[in-house]
Order: sequence, then structure tokens, then C-alpha cells
Amino acid sequence: MTAYDVEKGDDVHPGHPVKVDRYTGGARFNHWITATCLVLLALSGLALFTPSLYFLTAIFGGGQTTRAIHPWIGVVLFFSFAGLFIRFWKANLWRAEDGTWLARLRDVLTAHEERLPEVGKYNAGQKVVFWSMTLLILTLIASGILIWDQYFAAYSDIETKRFAVLIHALAATAIICVWIVHVYAAIWVRGTIGAMTQGQVTGGWAWRHHRKWLRELVTGPKPK
Amino acid sequence: MANFEFVLPPAPTTDVKTTYGQEDMIQRSASDVPAPSRQLTPVAKLIDVSKCIGCKACEVACLEWNDLKQEIGYNHGVYDNPLDLTPTIFTVMRFTEWVNPETKNLEWLIRKDGCMHCADPGCLKACPAPGAIVQYSNGIVDFDHDKCIGCQYCVKGCPFNIPRISQVDNKAYKCTLCSDRVAVGQGPACAKACPTHAIVFGTKDEMTKHAQDRIKDLKSRGYANAGLYDPPGVGGTHVMYVLHHADKPEIYANLAKDPKISAVVELWKGATKYAGLTVMAAFAAVGVIHHLVTGANRVSPEDEQKAEQLTGSTGAPRSRV
Repeated sequence: MTAYDVEKGDDVHPGHPVKVDRYTGGARFNHWITATCLVLLALSGLALFTPSLYFLTAIFGGGQTTRAIHPWIGVVLFFSFAGLFIRFWKANLWRAEDGTWLARLRDVLTAHEERLPEVGKYNAGQKVVFWSMTLLILTLIASGILIWDQYFAAYSDIETKRFAVLIHALAATAIICVWIVHVYAAIWVRGTIGAMTQGQVTGGWAWRHHRKWLRELVTGPKPK
Repeated sequence: MANFEFVLPPAPTTDVKTTYGQEDMIQRSASDVPAPSRQLTPVAKLIDVSKCIGCKACEVACLEWNDLKQEIGYNHGVYDNPLDLTPTIFTVMRFTEWVNPETKNLEWLIRKDGCMHCADPGCLKACPAPGAIVQYSNGIVDFDHDKCIGCQYCVKGCPFNIPRISQVDNKAYKCTLCSDRVAVGQGPACAKACPTHAIVFGTKDEMTKHAQDRIKDLKSRGYANAGLYDPPGVGGTHVMYVLHHADKPEIYANLAKDPKISAVVELWKGATKYAGLTVMAAFAAVGVIHHLVTGANRVSPEDEQKAEQLTGSTGAPRSRV
């Protein structure tokens, strides 16, 4: 008997209001390490991406240190995100209702929750963010190592590096856009950020946005 | 006591006036420069491959002038020594043994490799550090090491595989065309040292004319395809070659036939940069606009009640805001 997509530590506490445990301390710590790395990578990467943002190198102590530290932050992010992946991948598997949810994106954006199918711990939008992050981080670490010339210059030729640096820039642009969607959704859908700070959401939030997950927490896993 | 007196002339270290400087920059990496008020006469180094005897005096002169120290290396069993450019070797002789398919003669091709000082420099285009690579109106492309960040983008930008990054200070190095010597009216150290005048230096016009004379001479001696290597794909270069087989530059240790800045680099430094910033700004803007239009997506009291019913929460509800 397996849970639909309840994750370790998820629990419901009846009361007024109902409180629902959504993320464990470990998951939150893991998330914020990753988030910090991603922001630092975006700032240092953008500084080297376009001359108009070169001034951002000052945050890292100048151009040389920005260049030196960026790949190392990338390594930390890679392993940190790997931790998130292990925690979250199962609940992010694509389900039948996700297609319906995505097809009704207009209703999502106009906050017509009543027209959307009940979804589990993550909705299709969150799943798209999760899998985009996964693929883009893999692309970025692979292309990044190819252009980490301080240590790996000898392992690929210049033509390969040219493609790698272009792909790295494109993937970085994409991941920053995904990050904007992720952050915006967390801000727009009020009551969400508490999940990653306090670890809890209200029952009403879970009812409104992740009803299937809430039902399952209340009734226990469905027998198969 | 010595019975003679020999006095060296004073070293020319006083009253040296430089003939060009910062104000003559026409390009500066990752930044703009004001249009210079004057145009310097374009200079060029002409390397006549047909006159080179492979003595490496130019290599030595380069090390000498640029005060570059080498570790004792190894003999790899070939004439190429050192084998490649390094952060402390700005020029190397590349030796090729080539059998001319028409004459069946073995031709020993020797090409002095180093920065070509492109009119359209790929290194400068790729460089993200403002002012780390500069180009003067006389054509010299120079690196300003104080501003270099060691990212190696210049390596990716260069169509000739010239810049080398020091493992010691993580900065890029290459031939400066002896910009410091040129600034005081001297020619590059390599040209000065060349015993056969295979390397000559002057204005680009003079060097082009001189090359034509050399090409005429080579053609009269059976090198029908002798020609000048001044590749238009990079806007021409300020280091040019006279080649006896100008139709086949690749036989000279893979000299690029039609060098130009890689399309990948152009795409990366061109469209990607502008499109990337635009897309990121658009995503952020759509977020702001969406929030202004729809307002926050808030959980309603009914949602909380439903959850309480579902969980069987008992007792009087606390007052909610």
C-alpha cells in the first residue's frame, strides 16, 4: 500500500484553523541552501553574461573572484538540488489530472480553483518547475564543467567549449525564467511561503490548492 | 687598471614620449570608448615564410624583450621547441615537412605563429571584463592584465587559438605586437632580431606593397600561388604572412584558410545576450502585471471551514481575521 503522493513528514493537525505539515526541517534547509546558491549563481553568471551587469562582480569581490567562485557555487547547488530531487521526485511524477489542470491554465491564472481538478501535493505547474529545474541543472553542470577552464581546460577542444558556453547561457536564461515563475507563484498564491519557512500551511490552503493531498492525509492511503 | 674606457650610451629612459595611448582606443572589451580624435597610421608585421630559416631568434627576442623566463623543457624529437604557445611564450616557430604533390619536392615550411592582431578581434568580442582587451586605431590588439578575470572567453573567441591563460595568476597572455616599443617608434623585438628580414614591420600600406614585391619575386621563381595572407573574414590582420602556397594556408601547420569569429560565439555574444535579457525581463514584467490584474490568490474562510469539516475539527472556531 503506497501513498498517492504524501511525502515523509506530511501530517494534518485538526483545529481552528487546521494546520498541515508540508515540509520537514531538513527539506526546508535543503531548499534554502539550493535557493541561496541559485541566486548567487544568477548574480555572478549575469555579471559575466552581459557588460551592463558586470558591476555585480563587486558583490563577490571583483571579476577574478566572481569567475573563480561561480563554478564552486554551482557544484554546491548541484549536490543540494540532488537532495531535493531525492526528496521530491516521486510526488512530482505526472498524473492523469495534471494534463487537465494544465489544459485549464486560464482558470489557474484567473484563480478559478473550482474549475480545476483536485490535485495531489504538487500541481502540474509545480511539476513543470521541478522537472525544468532538474533538466536545466543537469545541462548547466555538464556545460559548466566543459567551460570550467581553470581545472578542465584540457578535457575538451575549443569548438566544444564554444557550444558549451552558448548552451550554458541559454540554459541559465531558461532557469532564471523558471525561477521567476517559481517565486512569483509562491508570492501570488498567499499562504504558500509559510510552507518553506515554518513548514506548515493551513488546512484551507491545502483544501483550495492540493485537495487530493489533504484528503489523503486525512483518510490515509487508498487501498489498491 | 684598464687602459681603455668604454662608456655605454645612456639608456633611453628619459624624455621618452609615447606616440599613442588610451585616447587612441577604437574598441574596449565589454565597454564603449569615445571616438578617438585622430586616426593613427595602421601598422603591420609582415612575416615572409619563404625567407624564414627557422633560427628562432624571434622567439628569443620575444622572451628577452618581454622578460619571460622559461623552465627547462624537453626535446620532443621535433624542431618545434617549445611545442606550443604558453602564457610565457607569445610566439613559436611551427615546422611542417610537406611534399609538394606537383614537384615531389620536400618543402620545409616554417611559420612563426602568434597573435594576428585582427581588425575584428574575436577575443575582444568575447571578453566580459570591461577594458581587459583593447584595440588601438593603429590596429594593435592588447590585453590589460589588471582587468583580466581569467574566464578564458578570449580563448573561445579567437579564431587562431592564440591566448593562453597563466596557471599562476589566471590571466590571459599573448603577443602585444610590442605595443610598448611601437609606442616609442620602435619595431617589434622579433622583427628587430630576424637575421633574414623574414619579419619586417611598418605601416600596413608599406607592408602590403612590400609583400607584393615579394610575391612577384616568388612567382617569377615558380611559386605560381604565392600570395599575401591578410584574411578578410576577420577584417584583415595586422600580422600578415607571405606564403609561397597562399592557396593552401592549411599546409602551414593548420593556418586557418578562411578564419572568422565562430558563428557560435557571434550567437552567444549577440542575439543570446539581448534575447536572454529581454525574456528574463518579460517574465518578471508578466508576473507584476498578472498580480496587478488578478490580485492575490487568497485562501477563503470557506476553504478553512471545508478543511475543518474534512478533518473533523471540533469545538468552537477561533475568531479569524
